[in-house]
Amino acid sequence: MFPDSFTFSIANWVNDWVDALVTRYGDVFRQVSDSLLWAIVNLEGLLRMTPWWLMLAIVGGIAWHATRKLFTTAVIVGLLFLVGTVGLWDKLMQTLALMLVATLISVLIGIPLGILSARSNRLRSILMPLLDVMQTLPSFVYLIPVLMLFGLGKVPAIFATVIYAAPPLIRLTDLGIRQVDREVMEAINAFGANRWQQLFGVQLPLALPSIMAGINQTTMMALSMVVIASMIGARGLGEDVLVGIQTLNVGRGLEAGLAIVILAVVIDRITQAYGRPRHEASK
Amino acid sequence: MNSPEMNKIVVKNVFKIFGNRSADALRMIQQNKSKDQVLAETGCVIGVNDLSLSIGSGEIFVIMGLSGSGKSTLVRHINRLIDPTSGEILVDGENILSYDMEALRQFRRHKISMVFQSFGLLPHRTVIENVAYGLKVRGESKAFCAERARHWIDSVDLKGYENKYPHQLSGGMRQRVGLARALAADTDIILMDEAFSALDPLIRAEMQDQLLALQQSLHKTIVFITHDLDEAVQIGNRIAILKDGRLIQVGTPKEILYSPADEYVDRFVRRRVPATLINTQKGV
Repeated sequence: MFPDSFTFSIANWVNDWVDALVTRYGDVFRQVSDSLLWAIVNLEGLLRMTPWWLMLAIVGGIAWHATRKLFTTAVIVGLLFLVGTVGLWDKLMQTLALMLVATLISVLIGIPLGILSARSNRLRSILMPLLDVMQTLPSFVYLIPVLMLFGLGKVPAIFATVIYAAPPLIRLTDLGIRQVDREVMEAINAFGANRWQQLFGVQLPLALPSIMAGINQTTMMALSMVVIASMIGARGLGEDVLVGIQTLNVGRGLEAGLAIVILAVVIDRITQAYGRPRHEASK
Repeated sequence: MNSPEMNKIVVKNVFKIFGNRSADALRMIQQNKSKDQVLAETGCVIGVNDLSLSIGSGEIFVIMGLSGSGKSTLVRHINRLIDPTSGEILVDGENILSYDMEALRQFRRHKISMVFQSFGLLPHRTVIENVAYGLKVRGESKAFCAERARHWIDSVDLKGYENKYPHQLSGGMRQRVGLARALAADTDIILMDEAFSALDPLIRAEMQDQLLALQQSLHKTIVFITHDLDEAVQIGNRIAILKDGRLIQVGTPKEILYSPADEYVDRFVRRRVPATLINTQKGV
């Protein structure tokens, strides 16, 4: 037995802190929540309003632009069509909207943080353990306070997804910039390039394959969160998986699960194709 | 040399010490402790040790030494890619160590350019974009950049390769791009850090000839780093020999070959194949 006199608990302290946060800043969080909700609802509305054939054509167009391969494009469009045929089109659009917003927020946070962390070793040594925590902490632990602050539904789902999905993008942006050839950096420095010219002219373009791999990972991780997201009230494919589990309807759960996988494959192929450096394609 | 002004670049008592306790290390060197003693006591490595020299306008000044002798470190002081621990560096009579970031940037954009051992080309840009880089960075117009870049691509015999990417070129061609980039910036001073060392012997000889031919009409001040005495004798108006960050001897190729200052320089000279000695004597 571990001696009682040595034990202590931070639970009360954390509880008080969260309570204070909710009472004092509840309104602010509610506002953030509302504006975020507005964005998601509108995007979702737009995606669901778009006729299915137009949506397939748009995805097909993007896939063709990214891969330049007829076969890959046909498979991507075919798989999405399949999701429609099992009656999950609407839910697919809901999940897509949630994922797009979560990815967008992750990119807006992740890339600047990655750039800063590539610039400063001190920031990096603080950030990296924090990212480890974000990725390993069970999501339910932070879901509870997030629920208290933002209420049930899509917004806490987005937050939970961003916490889980942004770290790989931050890491890979940092890595990509740090891996830019030292002599190339020295050369552009010797020609008097300022920070802006270094960042946008050389570092980001050369780190692009790595950054795209990061965005790819972020989208994949965001998709892996959809079932947990549906537990706190976000609609979409995850909901069907959840209902499948709760009602022992294995078939329904599997259908929705496969639809998530298909969405993942489609997004994965497209983002990976964009990650390949353009000038090597012309080899 | 036909009496050019002798102080285009002046390096005065420059020390460069790598490590956290550079102040302690500097004091130890000034007390004439050896570099091994300094390393053992402070953990600091001496890059450049009390070095002074002056480089004249329009000359090709070769800095020679074995690897680890501090030559690459020294040349990076001249455009302040590395800052000295102590000492003074004057270019056109101005102390470049007093420049702030913006002044330094302007100095690098207009006065000094550099060619690198492993080329330092931008892999995601075409040959013409690479050559125009120095001009683009300082904000020249697109048309001017393109016109100048084309001119220098022609001068280094790369016509027809304007829209290729660096990875599509051979080593020799890549270094021509590096050279054209430095020339296109149209600066008085060009630093060349082992610029030809990564090339095979035939290409290297070709590049040396090309550099000399260009220099005939351009009269740039070129600071050329090499570890190869043949190369130094071939292209240098004057040669400085470095060992352990110290200057051992400065002189014309003739002076170095016929009156080496010490045993270290003598060893360099003796290693040379007699045939090349005869050939280059004609050129000197």
